[in-house]
Amino acid sequence: MTTLSVNEKKHTVEVEADTPLLWVLRDHLNMTGTKYGCGIAQCGACTVHIDGSPQRSCVLPVSAAEGKEITTIEGLADAELLNEVQQAWLDFDVAQCGYCQSGQIMTATALLNHNSSPSDEDIDAAMSGHICRCGTYQRIREAIHHVANKSSVNVK
Amino acid sequence: MRWSVAQGFSRRSFLRGAAGGTGSLILGVKYSPAEGAIKKHSSSVINNFIRVDPDNTTTLLINYAEFGNGAYTSLAMMVAEEMDIDWNTIVLEEAPTEPKYYSPLFKEYLTAGSVTTLSAWMPMRTAGAQARDLFLRAAALKWDTDIKALDTQLGNVIERNGDRSSTYGDLLVTIEKESLTALSNVSLKNPKSFKLIGTNTKRIEGTEKVNGSAIYGIDIKLPGMLYGSVARCPVYGGKALSWNDSKTMAVKGVVKTKRISSGIVVLAKDFWSAKKGRDALEVVWDEGQNASLSSEKFYSEYKALASKPGMLAEDIGNSLKVLHETRDTIEAVYEMPYLAHACMEPMNCTAMVEQDNADTDKISKCEIWSGTQYQSNDQEIVSKLLNIPQQSVTVHRPLIGGSFGRRASKTADFTVDAVEAANGENVPVQVIWSREEDIRGAHYRPLFVHKLRGALDDKGIPLAWHQTVVGQSIMQGTKHDPAYMVRGMDIYSLDGCLQEPFGVFRYGTSYAIPNHRVESHNPPKVGVNPHEWRAVGHTHTGIAYECFLDELAHAGGKDPLDLRLELTKDNPRMNTVLKLLKEKTNWNTSLGEGRARGMAARTYSVSPCAQAVEITLLDNGEFSIDKVICVIDCGIAVNPLGIESQVQGGISIGISAVAFGNIEIVDGRVKQSNFHDYNVMRINHMPEIEVHIIPSEEMPTGVGEQATAPIAPAVANAIFAASGTRVRSFPLSKHGFKLI
Repeated sequence: MTTLSVNEKKHTVEVEADTPLLWVLRDHLNMTGTKYGCGIAQCGACTVHIDGSPQRSCVLPVSAAEGKEITTIEGLADAELLNEVQQAWLDFDVAQCGYCQSGQIMTATALLNHNSSPSDEDIDAAMSGHICRCGTYQRIREAIHHVANKSSVNVK
Repeated sequence: MRWSVAQGFSRRSFLRGAAGGTGSLILGVKYSPAEGAIKKHSSSVINNFIRVDPDNTTTLLINYAEFGNGAYTSLAMMVAEEMDIDWNTIVLEEAPTEPKYYSPLFKEYLTAGSVTTLSAWMPMRTAGAQARDLFLRAAALKWDTDIKALDTQLGNVIERNGDRSSTYGDLLVTIEKESLTALSNVSLKNPKSFKLIGTNTKRIEGTEKVNGSAIYGIDIKLPGMLYGSVARCPVYGGKALSWNDSKTMAVKGVVKTKRISSGIVVLAKDFWSAKKGRDALEVVWDEGQNASLSSEKFYSEYKALASKPGMLAEDIGNSLKVLHETRDTIEAVYEMPYLAHACMEPMNCTAMVEQDNADTDKISKCEIWSGTQYQSNDQEIVSKLLNIPQQSVTVHRPLIGGSFGRRASKTADFTVDAVEAANGENVPVQVIWSREEDIRGAHYRPLFVHKLRGALDDKGIPLAWHQTVVGQSIMQGTKHDPAYMVRGMDIYSLDGCLQEPFGVFRYGTSYAIPNHRVESHNPPKVGVNPHEWRAVGHTHTGIAYECFLDELAHAGGKDPLDLRLELTKDNPRMNTVLKLLKEKTNWNTSLGEGRARGMAARTYSVSPCAQAVEITLLDNGEFSIDKVICVIDCGIAVNPLGIESQVQGGISIGISAVAFGNIEIVDGRVKQSNFHDYNVMRINHMPEIEVHIIPSEEMPTGVGEQATAPIAPAVANAIFAASGTRVRSFPLSKHGFKLI
């Protein structure tokens, strides 16, 4: 039995200790907003926050997430609200197919929490672990700058 | 699946509430059959595409797939425009896979070829106009007044010079009472009076895509569902001789293993267990015929073929004579590798195969949940596979995490996996491909070799052109053979090389070279499954044609953009595009030390598109693409915001290909396996992209693939301008040019 705290709720699951957190979220907790893209921490689609820091859930054994606060895309904002990054993603019409955007938004949120006015170089450094095959990068950059210019407080 | 513009949240919370809050039950509601939904909401069917609720909600049955292309939004805009409804009151529902919903162009349920906007332009507008006309007639009857005295305003019929008004929803009672039906002949708006079409409109399914609630194929959860992972022969086309699953069955959660056409599938209660079980399988493979194939062999065979006469596709003037009589001809050979699509959502499909209640040996029906571009083909293939009528196969359409052509598989490969895995299980089965299977999935942009020869006149203008194109045909031997093969030649292999229209492609290069000869070789289709990849033929013909044209410009001492202006002087649409490109790039200014420009111009599926890139090249071969200026003429711009997205995306995938893209086959095996060795562009590589759309009153034509066509040669031409090195085999990284 493994007990996880996901989006401030406790869940108990029965899985092997080496099961990546990604598949526990998706197949055991039915939280499908976190995506499988590569399985080897190359694309960022599976990014979640572990105690506030972005991590690749596809290579994180569930045992390593026990006792920590896990935040997924579904838990970034309360109930039916969006956080400022999600709102900026909507305002800039960033998503195309949208599949990678959960991960992009998780990392962008963490970036902006840590650095309220990132430079283009900061954005490259933080976001280059993510792949978007639709090529939404320009709007991702614009949306991040927009949030930074709008607000100096934590986005979540 | 239903989407609404403003009510994304409220509708979803309704669904969640109604369904009790679990994933699988939500789907039960979302995927309820259309008839059920009609009864439940007392909707009235206006025509094949439109239903209206008493609360004035309009439901559009959408018959094209959404994979980032923006089809859901632009088609809904067409309906909302003609129907004159509030954009926030439209919701979408997937249209069933029935002939009445087939693309009028393809005569199939298929979203492909950058022709969705064009194909849907009249049907969607007509459907909207029919609805508006019906409500006008209903109001005229109800109020006993002349229809000419009435008008509409955002979902209401109003009296121009009176007080009366009614929502469309309130007029449903009159329509029913008077048995009114939609008329086939209705007039459409004059484009000059469009209010919504032509405005920047955000995607209709945008909210779901930022809060994690969007349901893609891989997110389908159904009661009792098993997950499948397939062990495949490392050589494409090989078969399992035998397998030992003792270690697999010891993996917790694994239920069983069995043979399917593509290999051995491991079924388990969750995907990780299935994959772990798959990795533990011991399989003895018969590698079959392809074990000795290699990319290098293909290149050498194709290069030899390129020097031999091929099938003659086009022969304007007399190229052979001019080239024979010219002393200084220019020659080059271009090589383009296999490319994988590498969509972010790996291939997957969920299937439920139901047995007949009376005779359990018989199958009664099959449901599939698939992120597919090609519903009718999947339905047809599954019906043949299970020997049931085509209409007994229901294709549900979740959202699609990227496609770029991959999910229009003619063999329905990932669908067949799931159906075969589910057959006999009596529960739904979801087969997910690992990224490695996806990269090695063998549906590739085929490897091509182009041989070119050219001659210039005494002013340095191309006088003769001779191109020989060698590569596996995508369409030969498929059901598309009759439409896409012309005298034994695949029009996709040649798309972008020919000056004149060819087969069903009613456009040429936009250039006029007086002597123009193109030949084609279709080498055997072995080793891979040659497949459409965003911009299809242009992904290789674009490089060969536009780089060689650049070579001719250089040899003739001509500016490459001025040369193209000269060659398109009788093609007003492309000429206008090029003129604007020249202006917007300040083409004649210098960028300074270490920096250079390159450009290319292509016409793919009617819409002319030209691009200039600005690069910085360092001494060590590292280069950055700083800026891309793109000018496109796509007819009426339905949604400029969506067009800009498609241009950015088309450029991005093209840069990935020209800079890094390379699937290599060695000993019958694909060398690359995942994003660490199949590199694609990331945010740090992304140039600033400037998009200019030519104002137009022409029919809207596509934008999905058009911007992919010129970018690769534009970048390669910029590399030449900066370095003097003419790269003729791709990707650029093979030659030490590393995109940073």
